[in-house]
Order: sequence, then structure tokens, then C-alpha cells
Amino acid sequence: MKEISYYPGCSLHGTAREYDDSIRGVSKLLDIQLYELEDWTCCGASSAHCTDEELAIELAARNLAIAEKNDRELLVPCVACYSRFKAVEKEVKEHSKKVHFPYRGNIPIRYSLDFFCDGPILEEIKKKRVKPLSGLKVACYYGCLTVRPPKVTGIREYENPQHMDRLMKLLGADSVPWSYKTDCCGASLVMTRTDIVRRLSGKLLSMAKEVEADCLVTGCPMCHANLDTRQEELEKETGEKYNLPILYFTELIGLALGHRDVKKWFNRHITDPIKILSAKGLM
Amino acid sequence: MMDLNVQVNQKENPFLSEVAQASGEKIQACYQCQKCSAGCPVAYAMDILPNQILRRIQYNHREKVLTSKTIWICASCYTCSVRCPNNIDIAKIMDTLRSLALRSGAEPGEKDIPVFHSVFLDTIKSKGRIHELSLIIQLKSKTKDFLKDAGLGWKMFRKGKIKLLPSRFGGGKEIQEIFNEFEKGARR
Repeated sequence: MKEISYYPGCSLHGTAREYDDSIRGVSKLLDIQLYELEDWTCCGASSAHCTDEELAIELAARNLAIAEKNDRELLVPCVACYSRFKAVEKEVKEHSKKVHFPYRGNIPIRYSLDFFCDGPILEEIKKKRVKPLSGLKVACYYGCLTVRPPKVTGIREYENPQHMDRLMKLLGADSVPWSYKTDCCGASLVMTRTDIVRRLSGKLLSMAKEVEADCLVTGCPMCHANLDTRQEELEKETGEKYNLPILYFTELIGLALGHRDVKKWFNRHITDPIKILSAKGLM
Repeated sequence: MMDLNVQVNQKENPFLSEVAQASGEKIQACYQCQKCSAGCPVAYAMDILPNQILRRIQYNHREKVLTSKTIWICASCYTCSVRCPNNIDIAKIMDTLRSLALRSGAEPGEKDIPVFHSVFLDTIKSKGRIHELSLIIQLKSKTKDFLKDAGLGWKMFRKGKIKLLPSRFGGGKEIQEIFNEFEKGARR
């Protein structure tokens, strides 16, 4: 049994509940025990680093200090939180930044996608896979912060990452090559310049349709919300039909491992994934 | 039209020194290859392109830069930063420019984006975590755009994606202390 700390972050307690549920569900099946950080608080997100770097560092460091006290590897499913934590780790470890909270940069901070793509965990997934996702064509969408900036993420193939594609192939799915793997969806501009998010997300959806993907896979709650919730609006604007389910990679691991709650997770999506998955004989 | 005969000299350019020092980035190294702007997914919505922002910093155009739409439109996707042949972290410079703009008190080039950031931080301060519904209500009370996304909100509520009440937990007090100290300027 592997034991790790878990920082869900704000989105996973709200709009991205199915991501939280699927991570917890899949972890259980893979003998990973998650300990949610006690009394965790917001990492500061875009708004803190966009306006006050020092405040951004303290807001993130408070959580890292709790994790360090527990002395376990820290799993972070939201890539925006992850990016903030790694930036603070770098400040503390490489630039000897002094922070108010007792944090020294001594615990590994892991983004969920990287964590589940580790060799031993992939082996475990392979062993426990009961339902290969045969015939499902997925477009792996990494987005920005999963890979960029590489000095923070440590990802070497940042222009054409492959780790999610490898995971999808292991699950039995067919991951299609496409050119928008790491293009931006518009992120937090959704609350203010929704027009920009619609344009950027629309571009991604159109390209995924063009390469004939059945669905798009992500590990970012913000990308998920932008791509999942605005398809109807976009269809009205462009006349193009998308109907492209956006899935968390953990939901697909859960499906391949035969987790009994997958339907509950999928029911929370705005763009329904159940129809296409049933048509493929996967549900 | 910019005067191309102006010399780029950091010693006589307070804005260049200010941004370089706050960001830790070598802005003088930019030789205008425009790769940042070519790859920027939101360049179409900007009033000054990313490469032009760097040039204007080199030319000491403080007000022009700090009142631009560009610094708020930047989505922090880091495409520019990873492609710069001179290793300038342009996205990081945008962070620096945004905080300088807020502190300068200059009229921001984009109205709602800085309001969003300030409401977001207020929500963290009062609740410790982001409770999405509180955030949206606060934002709408400032932007007065009450109808925007109302239909989508209802759909998301029915899917169980909208949590009605914020979580109860004990970390909020420490967060308030962080904010209070920052507001007093004690931690700068």
C-alpha cells in the first residue's frame, strides 16, 4: 500500500467533483492511500501570481508546510495549483527564498498525470485492467501548465508530450495524433473575456473533430470546464456540431479498471460521454 | 510610431531597471525576432504585441505599457517563454507588469480582468478556499453583468457541480493573517 498526501484544491470540491471522485476511486483500486491535507487553503491561483508574487508565495507555502510536516509525497490533481506549488518549491530550494511557514522544499510534489504515468503505477494499471478501451479514439489534451514552463514541470517533450498518450494506449484506447495538444484554452479569462475562451476552446474542439476523436482527455479542471460547458453556446455561434465529451484521464483509468462509480462521474458532465461510450460497448 | 534612434540604455531608463529588477529577467536581450507574438494564442486580442511590450520597456514607455490591454489579456500559458531564443521569461514579465500597474494606480486597459483578480483574492481572504458560487456572486455585483452565463449556471447546478455553501474548515484564520500583514506592508 502506497501512502501519499493529497491536496484536492478548490475546483475539485466544486465544479470538478467527478475528477476528485475518480482520483479517489482509482487510487483505492490501485492500493494507494490518499491522506487529504488537513485544513488546506487555496493555492492563490492565477489571481495571486498575476497581481502579487509575494502573496502568491505565502498562500502556496502554507499548504506545502502542512504537507512537509506529514512527510509524505504530495499528490496535486489541479495543474494550476501544481504549477504554483512547483514555482514556490523552486524559489525556496534554488533561490533560498525565506517563507513565513516552515517549508524547506523537502517533499516531492507530484502532478496527478505524471504520478499515474509512473512505471510501477502503469504496471499496476496494466495488471488490474479488466476492460480495455478498444475502439475509443481519444485526443490527449495536455494544455499549458502540465508541460510549461519546463523549468517548473521538468517535462522534456514540452512541445509534443507523449506520456498521456502512452497511458491511453495502455488502457487500450487509440490516441490520435493532433497538433493542439498543448495549446491554451483561455483559462481564467472565462469569467471576464468569455469571448476569448470561446474562440480558443472552439479551435481545440474543431481540431479534435477534424482528427475524428471520439473524446478529448485532460487532467486540468479549468480546461475541462472551458471545453465541456460551452459547446452548446459555440454551436449556436459557429453552426458547427461538436458533441465532444471531455474526460478526465482518471475517469478513463476507472472505466478500464471496471470501477463501479463511472456512471456517477460521467453524469456530472455537461457534454454527455455516456452515449458514445455505450455505442462503443464500453458501458 | 516609435523613435528607433533612441538608445537602449538601462542606466538612463528607470522603467527598464524597475521591470528587470522585479522580474529578474534580462529584457535588454530581446532582439525583436517576434517569436513570442507569433506563437501567442491571445495576440489577436492585444493592443500591443508581446515583442512590442519588451521594446517599449527598453524605450522607457512606462505609461503605455502599464495601461495596455495586453498585460491583462495574457493568459499565462508560457508559450512565449519557452520559445524565446534569448530565454526571456516573458510570461513572468507580464506578472511583474500587472502588479506594477496595480500599484501605479493607472487606469487599466481591461476593465473586468483586474476586478476579477481582486474579487478572487477577497474570496480567498474571507473564506480561505474558493467557493465558486460566492466568487461569481461577488464578481457579478461588481461587473453588474447579472445575466451572463445564468443559463449555464443553472445547468451546472442541476449536474451537482455548484456547491451551495462554502466548506467548513479551520485554516481560514491563518489566511486572514497573511492578508492582513500584506495589507499592512509588513511582509514586503
